[in-house]
Amino acid sequence: MSDAVASGAAVSEGLSPFRLGLARVRGNRGAVIAFWVVVFYVFVAAFAPVLVRILNIDPYALDREAINDFGLPAGPMGGISWDHPFGVEPGTGRDILGRLMYGARISLLVGAIGTFLTTVVGVTLGIVAGLRRGFVDALISRLGDVTLAFPSLLLIIALANPMTQRLESWGVPAGNTARITYIMTVLTLFGWVYMARLVRGQVLSLREREFVEAARSFGAGTGHLVFRQLLPNLWPQIIVFVSLSLPGYVALEATLSFLGVGLLAPAASWGIMLGDSVRYYRAAPTYLFIPGVTLMVLVLAFNLLGDGLRDAFDPRSDRQQL
Amino acid sequence: MLFFILRRSIFAVVLLLIVSAFTFVIFNALPADPAALTCGKNCRPEVIEANRERLGYDRPLIEQYGSYMKGIFTGRTYGEEGSSIHCPAPSLGYSYDRHECVTTLIASTLPVTASIALGAFVLWMGIGVGLGTLAALKRGKWQDRVATAFSVIGVSLPTFFLGLIFIMVFVIWTGILPFPRYVGLTENPFEWFMALLLPWFVLAIISAATYVRMTRNGILEVMNEEFVRLGIAKGLPRRRLIVTYVLRAALVPIVTIAGLDFAFLLGGALVTESIFNLPGLGKLTLAAVVNSDLPILVATTMVAAVFIVVANTVVDILYGYLDPRVRAK
Repeated sequence: MSDAVASGAAVSEGLSPFRLGLARVRGNRGAVIAFWVVVFYVFVAAFAPVLVRILNIDPYALDREAINDFGLPAGPMGGISWDHPFGVEPGTGRDILGRLMYGARISLLVGAIGTFLTTVVGVTLGIVAGLRRGFVDALISRLGDVTLAFPSLLLIIALANPMTQRLESWGVPAGNTARITYIMTVLTLFGWVYMARLVRGQVLSLREREFVEAARSFGAGTGHLVFRQLLPNLWPQIIVFVSLSLPGYVALEATLSFLGVGLLAPAASWGIMLGDSVRYYRAAPTYLFIPGVTLMVLVLAFNLLGDGLRDAFDPRSDRQQL
Repeated sequence: MLFFILRRSIFAVVLLLIVSAFTFVIFNALPADPAALTCGKNCRPEVIEANRERLGYDRPLIEQYGSYMKGIFTGRTYGEEGSSIHCPAPSLGYSYDRHECVTTLIASTLPVTASIALGAFVLWMGIGVGLGTLAALKRGKWQDRVATAFSVIGVSLPTFFLGLIFIMVFVIWTGILPFPRYVGLTENPFEWFMALLLPWFVLAIISAATYVRMTRNGILEVMNEEFVRLGIAKGLPRRRLIVTYVLRAALVPIVTIAGLDFAFLLGGALVTESIFNLPGLGKLTLAAVVNSDLPILVATTMVAAVFIVVANTVVDILYGYLDPRVRAK
């Protein structure tokens, strides 16, 4: 009900649907908190090298003092102390907080670039299919069907090693650069379909609308149609889609690294830390919980933000208010 | 209708041919030398060459693919008389790493994966649809909030983290359950059940999260339909209205999506099987990744793809049966 009032007031002020949506998101407390949590993670990731210096921690330094003769963190709670606020890694004595900060860089980088590439490819193919229709549309749609017939996670895992080696032989710097390149590529190859389908459907209906017809009757070219007429109307859906696929990619990177086919040590990926923690179940439970909760909070924040954006931008959600 | 089924089935077969060809080509063309992968690091060149000939890696890819597909229907014999290895139909290749026909290996893992998938499916549909219905009927009340919170948190929990928490809490801290060790259902039903309890719940909680939301929104949407208003207007009892009209209409799309998710799970619950050390299809794949065992990787990918395509086709046909508009398209 409050939405109806808000939109009524907004229409009289002449707000665009985009601004209207943003105003609605601002009214959603969960989404606002989630937004600031995401901002916090991004800030920490961006300034990780500065922050570790201020906090006087080093994510790569091995601290022999912090672990005992058995290789386990010295002191209670996984070695939590003033020197190591979140404790230290068993076996190496590396600072967990510092590693988490650098891990945020990997997670956000993979999530952001993966989502960006998927979106660009998906939106492009979706617009092409929707605008050109006919043979091109059929081709893109069938390509989507074939893509979805693959067991994507299984294939991503199974191809990780041979594909990374192939990339290295093509001149991509060996090690984690090649691995990140691989992850981005497969995420895009398997992820574009959903985005393309969404955009194609939108374009098919938008192209019949009067304003597009009007633009066309004035002799507008394809470029004008795409960038001036179609894209502005697609943004809300694209934003919602992006914010809901980001958490999936962040979690996927962690999962791949956990299974040993993502990034490799000594990179500070959260997934690697969690995979490592399995060996210290009994002795250092904090080593499992701290990185796990760090990962979960980020994914949760992205999901809440995405939900908020969807509720605000998706016109279908209005109907459910009844 | 018959024509529709026929058309969908032909499409499925074409799809499978494309997927199998692509899978075969990519796995055999990517590694620098597939034959070198058939034996360890310190392998004598003669052995590599012998294996190359035996497994047919020396022939053109198209020919290799042809014999592979033929092998699925007729079985396949590797090598010359005397030292030959025969894999009966349906042959999905021979794993040099394990010294066994891939079909045998997959057949031994399928009951495990099927057990995991089936139990998880029952649980997640129960939890998901149950909680979703409750949330929709008690919209805005505390039950709705709890269900929504469950759904958001469940969606955000990475499978492996939930699995690790479960092991930590139920196995290591409280010791309520033993660490899962898979036992066949026919061997010892009780141990089978105990071993699968944790994996079922992990998968169920994570999948149910999406179903809670889908069910809730589906029911709320149906509640706005005219036929429901008519039901209210003519004074149908609320319980009867919800069970026979609303739920039936709301659950059709959910059940079809569930079919697809189930098929995806049958292709191997990679993460869950790895965490709980269950010898299923996913675990077989992961072991093959570590050992660069190409024949197994090709086969598990294809088997998983068959599950997906078959489920897709069945769901499409069912949908066409339920909704005439789909058939006409």
